[in-house]
Amino acid sequence: MKKIKYLIFLLFITIPTKSFSLIEVDITRGNLTPLPVAVSPLSYNQKSKLALEKVLKIEDLGAEISKVVENNLKKSGLFNPLIKDAFLQKPDIAHLKPRFEDWALIKAQALITGKVDLQDEKLRVEFRLWDVLAGKEMLALAFTTVPKNWRRVGHIITDKVYERLTGEKGYFDTRIIYVSEKGPKTKRIKKLAIMDQDGFNTKYLTLGNELVLTPRFNPTNQMITYLSYFRNLPRVYILDIETGIQEVVGDFAGMTFAPRFSPDGKKIIMSFAKDGNSDIWTMDLENRIIKKITTHPSIDTSPSYSPDGKYITFNSDRSGYQQIYVMKSDGSKVKRISFGNGLYGTPVWSPRGDLIAFTKLHKGKFYIGVMRTDGKGERLLTENYYQEAPSWSPNGRVIIFYRETKSDHQGEGFSAKLWSIDLTGYNERMVETETDASDPSWSSLLSN
Amino acid sequence: MILSKICRSTFLVVLLSMVLSACATQKTTTTATAIKKIDAQIQGDVYAGKDTVKYLAEGVPDRVFFATNESVLTTASRDTLRKQAAWLRKNSDVTVVLEGHCDERGTREYNLALGERRANAAKDYLMTYGVSSDRISVISYGKERPVDSGSTPLAWSKNRRSVTVKAN
Repeated sequence: MKKIKYLIFLLFITIPTKSFSLIEVDITRGNLTPLPVAVSPLSYNQKSKLALEKVLKIEDLGAEISKVVENNLKKSGLFNPLIKDAFLQKPDIAHLKPRFEDWALIKAQALITGKVDLQDEKLRVEFRLWDVLAGKEMLALAFTTVPKNWRRVGHIITDKVYERLTGEKGYFDTRIIYVSEKGPKTKRIKKLAIMDQDGFNTKYLTLGNELVLTPRFNPTNQMITYLSYFRNLPRVYILDIETGIQEVVGDFAGMTFAPRFSPDGKKIIMSFAKDGNSDIWTMDLENRIIKKITTHPSIDTSPSYSPDGKYITFNSDRSGYQQIYVMKSDGSKVKRISFGNGLYGTPVWSPRGDLIAFTKLHKGKFYIGVMRTDGKGERLLTENYYQEAPSWSPNGRVIIFYRETKSDHQGEGFSAKLWSIDLTGYNERMVETETDASDPSWSSLLSN
Repeated sequence: MILSKICRSTFLVVLLSMVLSACATQKTTTTATAIKKIDAQIQGDVYAGKDTVKYLAEGVPDRVFFATNESVLTTASRDTLRKQAAWLRKNSDVTVVLEGHCDERGTREYNLALGERRANAAKDYLMTYGVSSDRISVISYGKERPVDSGSTPLAWSKNRRSVTVKAN
């Protein structure tokens, strides 16, 4: 009797809280238990199945799209996609009305279902996100696109699910631009390459005839700016990804390097080196007016704007060693912010505006870390033999960088690979690339 | 019984420590010779060997070496550059490119700037010794073109260099 009373009491307090607060995933802490989620294969009728097979030469597109979603969720470190063998309900029926008991039985807390169709040669996808324990639909969306964009559909679904469950924008429908590397260390061949965030759809943008370094996206992801040694003149270029048109922007009598776009995409900020002195300059892409931002006989390089465009963080050895500085975007009020032991380089302002990611070299080890924009709260995320060049995911939760290994005098043992790590310091993983890779730069979200 | 056990274990410990100390001494001697060998080639963090050096003419080395993170010319470097300047003054039709390089232990962008600074340090010195600036151009490769692929202090010291290359 007492037991039953207790149970009733429990039901009263648990039921209301459950129905009011749907599942949430906290992304500010590391090492939490990933949320068990079931991604049901997307369903379709026989007619659409055959038509899609014909158009895309993919046998089971519904399953393939769900695999893209699963893979994304798994790599985020926040979700644990469950094995499909254990699913009891058929995809088409689950999408209409899931039997929540069945999904609860396999310990799923969230369920993703969906349906694909081919309508007027367009791919139509709808999906739903369900809270299994609360027995409720959390999200339902449909979109239409060209069939060859089917992987992007998987990424967009992941973004929507991530956003609904974490309360923050995702980073899955994005691309990475990087430098693809091949050949011996002494004669390394480097090409610009672009791929989806999950390593698929790699395209090479240059042929490898000249050395290219440090590509970065503009805010709309249509252009990149990078350093090319075309005709043995190291200069900053811009490249239109769609048209393939390249253009030199930093054709000064000297070397221009370390370029980035301003947050409004209208300017390039870069270093210009002449007579042994590197300073930071900007060029307005519309009227080609150049402006000198720093004036100091030391090395000033690796500039990066704050997201509001009001400040610039950069790397300088004016104190005698490489340190990180912040100044107003007109070059005034220069302030050193890094004061820890060791050397600091490659500062990059977070898209959220509150942090600066950097590379630190201390006692022969390389670290990727973050600090607040006033230099306080330094936190080192990862230590290795060699790693540098952090770049932020568009939501500011993940950092991608590259890592090199030691080699002998013949170059044996050398590799350069892309890695990512969460801002929490957890979920460090290698990012698959077709070749060796370096200098990654993360795009913003391709769709919103 | 217990005693014999203790005896046996002590014996084992003694034996083990003997083996270990033998290993340790052997190791230190090999590293000591290795360090000696490297010391002969690196003086004050600057490469002093001849392994990678080529010659613009007889007795005129083509390159100078730098300490980590430095662009200051050493006495040996200044000596080499004076020889280059004398040779350039004699061969007034020759133009040169000074290629500045760094080791792999730095961030890419900073190294590009540092390589430029190193090549310019060499250029300034050549100019002081009478070589006109319009005969000298400068390029930095940062850490992109090492001569030695190794990940050792010796390899790095060979890679921290400014190389004078004939351009015509």
